Amino acid sequence: MKELEITTHLTLIVPGKNRSVKNAEKRDKILHGIFLAIVYIFIIIFAFVVLLPFYYMIAASFMVEDQLNSGAFFPSLANIFETIANNYTHTISNPSFPYGELLLNTLIVGIVTTASSLLVTILSAFAFAKLHFKGKEVLFTIFLATMMIPGEMMAITNFTTMANLGFVSADQNRLQTYLALILPFVSNVFYIYLLRQTFMQIPNELYLASKVDGKSDWQYLWKVMVPLSSSTLITIFIMNFIESWNSYVWPNLVILNDDYNVLSIALRSTTFQVLEHEVWRPVYTQQMAATVLTTVPLLLLFIFFRKYIMRGVERAGIKG
Amino acid sequence: MERKNNYKAWLYLAPILIFIFLFTIFPIINTFIISFLKNYNYATGANEGFTFENYGLILGITERIPGVSESKMLDFIRYALPNTLLITFVSVPISVILALVISILLNKIKVLHDLFQTIFFLPYVTNTIAVGMVFAIIFSNTGLFNNIFGLGNVNWVQEGLGSTWGKCMFVLCLYVIWTGLPFKILIFSSALHNIDQQYYDAARIDATPKWKTDLKIVLPLISPQILYITITSFITGFKEYNAIIGLFNRSYTINPNVHDLYTVVYYIYDQIQGTNGTRHLEYAAAGAVVLFVIILIFTLIQMKVAKKRVHY
Repeated sequence: MKELEITTHLTLIVPGKNRSVKNAEKRDKILHGIFLAIVYIFIIIFAFVVLLPFYYMIAASFMVEDQLNSGAFFPSLANIFETIANNYTHTISNPSFPYGELLLNTLIVGIVTTASSLLVTILSAFAFAKLHFKGKEVLFTIFLATMMIPGEMMAITNFTTMANLGFVSADQNRLQTYLALILPFVSNVFYIYLLRQTFMQIPNELYLASKVDGKSDWQYLWKVMVPLSSSTLITIFIMNFIESWNSYVWPNLVILNDDYNVLSIALRSTTFQVLEHEVWRPVYTQQMAATVLTTVPLLLLFIFFRKYIMRGVERAGIKG
Repeated sequence: MERKNNYKAWLYLAPILIFIFLFTIFPIINTFIISFLKNYNYATGANEGFTFENYGLILGITERIPGVSESKMLDFIRYALPNTLLITFVSVPISVILALVISILLNKIKVLHDLFQTIFFLPYVTNTIAVGMVFAIIFSNTGLFNNIFGLGNVNWVQEGLGSTWGKCMFVLCLYVIWTGLPFKILIFSSALHNIDQQYYDAARIDATPKWKTDLKIVLPLISPQILYITITSFITGFKEYNAIIGLFNRSYTINPNVHDLYTVVYYIYDQIQGTNGTRHLEYAAAGAVVLFVIILIFTLIQMKVAKKRVHY
């Protein structure tokens, strides 16, 4: 006990004025505080730059046109609700931007693409992870090799295929348009790879146990494997859906009938303008309202499924 | 038993095999063939035989035959390829370094760490077209950027209205960096997170200054991720297209015959889309094969480097 007391009262004298351990510790603490403060300042600055386009997208859709054209940072609060209502009603009543219709098309294409892709992925990942067959390794290597080939190689021929099937034409009907948008994106090797990894982690004992119970492979897949892999499946679903929602290039090639347009195409091709003194003038505030309407559904999805999305992308990066 | 499993496996694989054959394997082979066909007609499949001319024409080696209607084919070597290389070699190093700095800083904080991590990831899920349009508004002649920095009436993004190729490229590179950051930051952050605490402890016992710990210990430890990210960013950089459409739209010049903002992928899709109803799939295919070769080279480098450098 006594020894301890001595040690607690021990003061190490360092040459120089007031240089005790206590002071040194104090100094370290202050320095560390300053260091952390600088780190936070930098992070906040970077975060500000990252968020700025999102903020400005929303802020611009809350402004009147003259205000946006003066480079204002904040929307003025005077009559703000009238301005918002005005911008957004004009945007969705623009005949080239029928929001409900566009949203419906984008949703249908996204959900059907994702669901069919998920089904095909589950079946093939199961075969690759748990079943034995000749040529498995070779086949899987071929699958993986296709991943490094740029999509443009496929797009050129897929375009001719869709055109020759009659799906791509100015008088295409709804079903033809949807099929042209969906079919080329049902197979996705990366998701097969991801799900196969998850399936392989499920212990084989479960498989043997289900065999003893007299379950078939099919039952085992849907009753055991799929529920156990639900988090990977959600990740795949969300990532796939986001991809489909944001795609521009392929829809732009195959949608020739504007009745079945999707959001990102209509967003870029619609010119929001007003007739003023007999001259058509673009209205950027309405354009920004349209970008908000296109982006916000995805941002909401991201906020709800943040963990799944970030985990999926992280795994995508680690595979390399 | 083996045998039974064998045919069952193929049943499970049947759907994916059908789709992957029709929409991936066959297209790869077919596009390769198209790139060697003279005057290919996509609707009928008619052509005038085997030729290297498509490559010669887009790469500017073969002289243009007089009388051939005005076509954009030469723009591949004139604009698409140089622009793509420029965008890639400017934006990739900057965004990798920036992402590294942000991830290292992010790794030092505990309070609000998850919030900032989420913020930095946000650009990943957004529509490139939509945010590109926001960038275009911010950089318009009366926009926020000029206003904040007091630059007056500079037009950055509308080539017909006073902007130049250089200014457009500047904004484009900024935007490409912005869109590329989230993925890199997430990968670097998780790599940093996985570094064993003992390395930091050892450095502290040796009284190594913090900046030295980051430079001499942390960076080498995550070098595999840095290499991986650098090379995959080069590959995605070569495929840049949506950012340009978002920022400049398809009709960015007054003169419709000037395409000085072409990238390789932009060129490919413009040739598929065609001018006045004539689609030139053979030039698009040749362009796609060139892109494929460039990407293949980078992938091979990555495989080679990864074998040498990965340490577990």
